[in-house]
Amino acid sequence: MKPAPFRYADPGTLDEALAVLSAEGAGAKVLAGGQSLLPLLSMRLAAPATLVDINGVPGLDAVEVTGDGVTVGALVRHNALLHDDAAARVQPLLARATANVAHPAIRNRGTTVGSIAHADPSGEMTSVLALTDGSVTVATPSGPSTVEWRDLFVGPLETSISGPAVVTSAFFPALPPRSGTAFAEIARRKGDYAVCGAGVVVTLDEDQRVAAVRASYVSVGLTPEVHDLTDAVIGSPVEKADWTAAGELARTLVDPDGDIHASADYRRLLVGVLTGRTLAEAAAEAAAAVTRE
Amino acid sequence: MTTKLFGEPVRRREDARLIVGRGRYLDDIGHTALAAAFVRSPHAHARITGIDVDGALDVEGLVAIYTYEDLTGPMAEPLPVLIPHPQLTEPRTGYPLAREVVRHVGEPVVMVVATDRYVAEDAAERIVVTYDELPVVVGVDAAYEARAAVHDDVPDNVAARHHQETGDVEPALAASPRTLSFTQYIERSASMPMEGRGVHARWDADDRSLRVYSSTQASTSVRAAIAAKLDLSLDTVEVIAPDVGGGFGVKIVHPWPEELLVPMAAIALGQEVKWAEDRREHFISSAHERQQRQDVTVGFDDEGRVTALDVHVLHDNGAYTPYGIIVPIITATQLVGPYVIPVYRVRVDSVYTNTVIVTPYRGAGRPQACYAMERTMDRIADELGLDRAVVRERNLIQPDQFPYDHHLTFQDGRPVIYDSGDYPGLLDKLRTLADWSSADVLRDEAAARGKLLGIGMAMYVEGTGPGPYEGGHVQVLGSGKVLVSTGLTSQGQGHETAFAQIVASELGVPIEDVEVTTGDTRRFAYAVGTFASRAAVMSGNAIALAARGVREKALRIAADVLEADPGDLEIDEGLVQVRGTPGASIPLRTVAVLSNPLRYAFDEAAKQATQFTTHDDSKPPVAEGDAPGLEHRDYYSPIRSTFASGAHAAVVEIDPETWEIDVVRYAVVHDCGNVVNPMIVEGQVHGGVAQGVAGALYERMAYDADGQLQNASYMDFLMPYASEVPDVDIDHQQTPSPLNPLGIKGAGEAGVIPGTAAIASAIEDAVGRRITSMPISPTELYDLMRSEDSETTATAARRAGTGVMA
Repeated sequence: MKPAPFRYADPGTLDEALAVLSAEGAGAKVLAGGQSLLPLLSMRLAAPATLVDINGVPGLDAVEVTGDGVTVGALVRHNALLHDDAAARVQPLLARATANVAHPAIRNRGTTVGSIAHADPSGEMTSVLALTDGSVTVATPSGPSTVEWRDLFVGPLETSISGPAVVTSAFFPALPPRSGTAFAEIARRKGDYAVCGAGVVVTLDEDQRVAAVRASYVSVGLTPEVHDLTDAVIGSPVEKADWTAAGELARTLVDPDGDIHASADYRRLLVGVLTGRTLAEAAAEAAAAVTRE
Repeated sequence: MTTKLFGEPVRRREDARLIVGRGRYLDDIGHTALAAAFVRSPHAHARITGIDVDGALDVEGLVAIYTYEDLTGPMAEPLPVLIPHPQLTEPRTGYPLAREVVRHVGEPVVMVVATDRYVAEDAAERIVVTYDELPVVVGVDAAYEARAAVHDDVPDNVAARHHQETGDVEPALAASPRTLSFTQYIERSASMPMEGRGVHARWDADDRSLRVYSSTQASTSVRAAIAAKLDLSLDTVEVIAPDVGGGFGVKIVHPWPEELLVPMAAIALGQEVKWAEDRREHFISSAHERQQRQDVTVGFDDEGRVTALDVHVLHDNGAYTPYGIIVPIITATQLVGPYVIPVYRVRVDSVYTNTVIVTPYRGAGRPQACYAMERTMDRIADELGLDRAVVRERNLIQPDQFPYDHHLTFQDGRPVIYDSGDYPGLLDKLRTLADWSSADVLRDEAAARGKLLGIGMAMYVEGTGPGPYEGGHVQVLGSGKVLVSTGLTSQGQGHETAFAQIVASELGVPIEDVEVTTGDTRRFAYAVGTFASRAAVMSGNAIALAARGVREKALRIAADVLEADPGDLEIDEGLVQVRGTPGASIPLRTVAVLSNPLRYAFDEAAKQATQFTTHDDSKPPVAEGDAPGLEHRDYYSPIRSTFASGAHAAVVEIDPETWEIDVVRYAVVHDCGNVVNPMIVEGQVHGGVAQGVAGALYERMAYDADGQLQNASYMDFLMPYASEVPDVDIDHQQTPSPLNPLGIKGAGEAGVIPGTAAIASAIEDAVGRRITSMPISPTELYDLMRSEDSETTATAARRAGTGVMA
């Protein structure tokens, strides 16, 4: 469990980082928090020729909050996002999801953007990026570009980003008006990768009737997906909405895999249960938002 | 009078050192040593067709590569069968490096030695071993079917047929008013110490001597094995167990291939060599335990009293049997628990599989035994509609029946005769502690919250402290320091504290003056090892006897000086004094100085013992039959094991939507005889319960049909965190053992034993479906609840009939 030999670069600027990545080619890998990458190196499941450590690059550690949403820099640790009240006010899913990311020691080092770039389908933040209809900004030698979440995730641990590039930030749009959110996970042990996780957004109309219901899951499917569950409850007064029916609908939409911790059937069961539970919670929050209006 | 420290909750003296990082574990030793890494088999069963090392040869820093072809003399022979047994008719062991055939994933094939572990792994990665794959046997049922053989010359895969009976079971069953039969399974788990195995060896070419550090539970026997395998004289080998980061049984196995190969390389290369196991290696190349299939037939009467018990166990021993059949023997003999079983027959078929070897893991066959017996009690209660506690109560051995002879032969070759106990007392305490009679109220209250609640219990008797012996040495120095040593090793149990308490109490010295050394063959060369909850019983008593010897000598010398009768003297706070005569005293340290008549005054204190200072010229300075120095060595060798006991209860809550299982309450009543340190005993119980919960709900070895371990990491092997382990309520009962001077019984393993049985019972009580396979996870419980084949318990049917929610 010792990594294969690799070169190590610690550029002081983004341009330097991109220059190293350009020079090193496909064998180079960006290191941010290292919480997923370093175990892969130690188990020799990954053996990049060069690690480009971006921790010394200035300007990547900010959480910027505007009315439109939250921009999370590439060096923002999960723990910083978890405790960012301004971010939570604009997009409550950020704190709710990061609270479920592993344990404090990992949250202290691991980065939110890094876990998105890692594209693990059992990661919470990939799912939240999808659910909030977010995007990432990618720096390349030819300039920055924006990649929508739909175009980002190609497969498990695989993104569409290729060539010399550094994901410099992720943008999570603000929660729409008259909306509420919830996030819940079931893990075998507290802080483990979820057997199944669910994040939901419920939006009501001005009369407190259900207008839109969206859900995204963790550890279900190969890449993050957003499921529109509105049909199951559309137009229903929020207090009478049949969230269980929405859960039933969700069960028919997902295609989970089985593994040694959970069968596909069990994951599907949990999708239904967690959907029902989180929707009820999110709806209550949405109703309160409407009342405040 | 010195506070009697025996029995007091003295805080563990070793913890401060270990917690602040001043421990000295194996990998803290030898920073400049060469490092070993191993190429291990990726196949569960295969013939080696070639080993090509060429690709590794140009790795900068490579020092040496060894394969089986490089082994000579005893090293080229199979590893020893440590504990032979007449019924182990087909023992098989591997070679230090695989010869021709590999029989489990992880078996060592090539050893690489390089300047550091990184380089060693770089070189290992470049070595190409080619294999012809052979048919793979995984699981006891496949092994017993024997469509393929793990060892060519054992076509039925049966290593041993172990058989004990106390009467003619078939007629007894035929004559029983009622009988029932069932089959159940229990899965593999493993010790999983935080520190893996590790070995460091240094050869002194000038002195022609070898020093080996090993993260072991048996340093004296590792020493003997190294000497034998490497053709060295025993006196030129010393083995030291440094701080060991947990053992739980896996480190009692020896010699591990690495324990021989690393010293072999150190001698051959004339340089220090070290190997520190990584976690994946630990998963696939150390040892596991627990998988069994149990077929039980029990006869009983209408009151639930057992009339006969017939058990057939299929025991998975993995690919080899270096530790003999100790684990299945323990299952076979501890199965009877605290109960009167008029006629008992047990047959164990111990079978080979293409998986990691099976050797004792904390509990060592007893969790399986308890699972068989206690689930039998649950079945009887369910069948008769009786309270599970009542059925147990009716079968218990009574306090006036001790010593109680089960007419079985235990793992130490000696009879299973229970020395003492009060099992009805345990059960009464447990019912109170767990609030057993309120279960229905709790059930209703949980149902109102949408949860299914169940309660279960399990009782056990644990043979602890088996022989053959341990020794202790106690020496008082002229400084007043008291050195204590014993040969068995420590893995974090608190021996430094418990043994110091015993010596401080026996000798009458402050505990601060006592220094304890364990597991160092330079200090104590005769020992057996730390296993089977035996350290306190064996070394504790040996050290007490040694301290008593020192006390006797100290009083004799002091009596001379004080011109008093030794019988009138006492030792308190390190001062020997005439009882009731203040001022008539001599410090124990001065007695130590005087005990060694001197010619040379090497320090101020020594002057008191030099030849022109002492004046009695009527007798030789060292009396006939006496020896210089205030020290004594003694041994404790018991006639047979002592039997501890206990009873656990678990309350679980289950979410009927997600089938998550939560242990909301866990109660333990524990009897290990006289207690040296209740704080340490409770800590042992807590740790044991954590492993019991682990084995019931979280941990398993997930082998696939190809013999690949699917969860060989801490990410997928679900050792519970603190967040998964319930709070534990403990009550103690003390039934001293009549077999040893201190009246103590072992406590190290107890906590783990009843976990699987009690939690299975609680889950069954909660969901009303029969639980026949453990551990159980939420996904499996979901499957069980949906399955048309799963059996509804009679209790659940009765509850449904009376309208009480199951």
